[in-house]
Amino acid sequence: MSKVKNLQDLKKMRDELKGKISLREKSDHPESMVQIKVSMATCGIASGARETMNYMIDELDSQAVDAVVTQTGCMGYCYAEPTIEVTLPGEKPVVFGHVNTKKASEIIEKYIKNGELVDGIIPDSYETIDDK
Amino acid sequence: MKDLSMHILDIAENSVKAGADRVEVELLYTDRMLQMAIRDNGCGMDEQTVGRITDPYTTSRSSRKVGLGLPFLKMNAEQTGGRIEIDSKPGKGTGVTALFDTGHIDCVPEGDLASTLALLMTGHPEINFVIRMKRNQTDFEISSDEIKEVLEGVPISHPKVGVFVRNMIKEEIKYIKSNEL
Repeated sequence: MSKVKNLQDLKKMRDELKGKISLREKSDHPESMVQIKVSMATCGIASGARETMNYMIDELDSQAVDAVVTQTGCMGYCYAEPTIEVTLPGEKPVVFGHVNTKKASEIIEKYIKNGELVDGIIPDSYETIDDK
Repeated sequence: MKDLSMHILDIAENSVKAGADRVEVELLYTDRMLQMAIRDNGCGMDEQTVGRITDPYTTSRSSRKVGLGLPFLKMNAEQTGGRIEIDSKPGKGTGVTALFDTGHIDCVPEGDLASTLALLMTGHPEINFVIRMKRNQTDFEISSDEIKEVLEGVPISHPKVGVFVRNMIKEEIKYIKSNEL
């Protein structure tokens, strides 16, 4: 199998990012960054979770917000897919339902950047997917 | 599922749930066929479970009683005249192979393969995804571990890395597809 050609370019980007991130010692402490988990099971995918995740990555990239965007399994809110869980540094995780690209943009603008809550939160006696 | 790449995302999630730390995604294109294989080193399943795995009322989760990932894949493969094969051993891992006749009128489109594969890698930083594509004489391979090695500690789930990986895979796919027989 042939290797991909532009891993070299990734090195350049790494150096830029490294300066920015390690300055705040963030790479070793992902919990000090905004963490976003997108529920990506059959129910989520069929409702457009992939598009939501792609959109969030694009937006966070273009607005230069440092975050970690990962996937998780079904959170059990199949009726409200796509669902995402957002954890701001030092805050409890919040789950949002029906997150299409429009909602995602609202969440980034209001909640992630300014800490203002927006509609669409799924109330729950909360435990993260990792505690289950 | 609306497209083939969604199936990859969906089936790979099973591997994640099975506790795998290495997942291979292989796409082999021949003349009219696409062979899509997802293999993991997760917990695997016994023969009995494999036997009823494409039953929509079989699922490992407790939050609800239906599991539609594999049944959907089976349906979409079979409606093109293809099939799926599941090979699993407890403690060793599971391999799911699906064959699609991509020239069949009922074959769902491929979808956004590049962003799907990129999301898999960046969405699961703890898992080493190995992606292989081969079409006629051209091929490429990329793994999360290779990317992480270059990143030297910068998180692979950072949005900037996500966009980069997506574009990188897009280029590779474009290159592979430009080489017709």
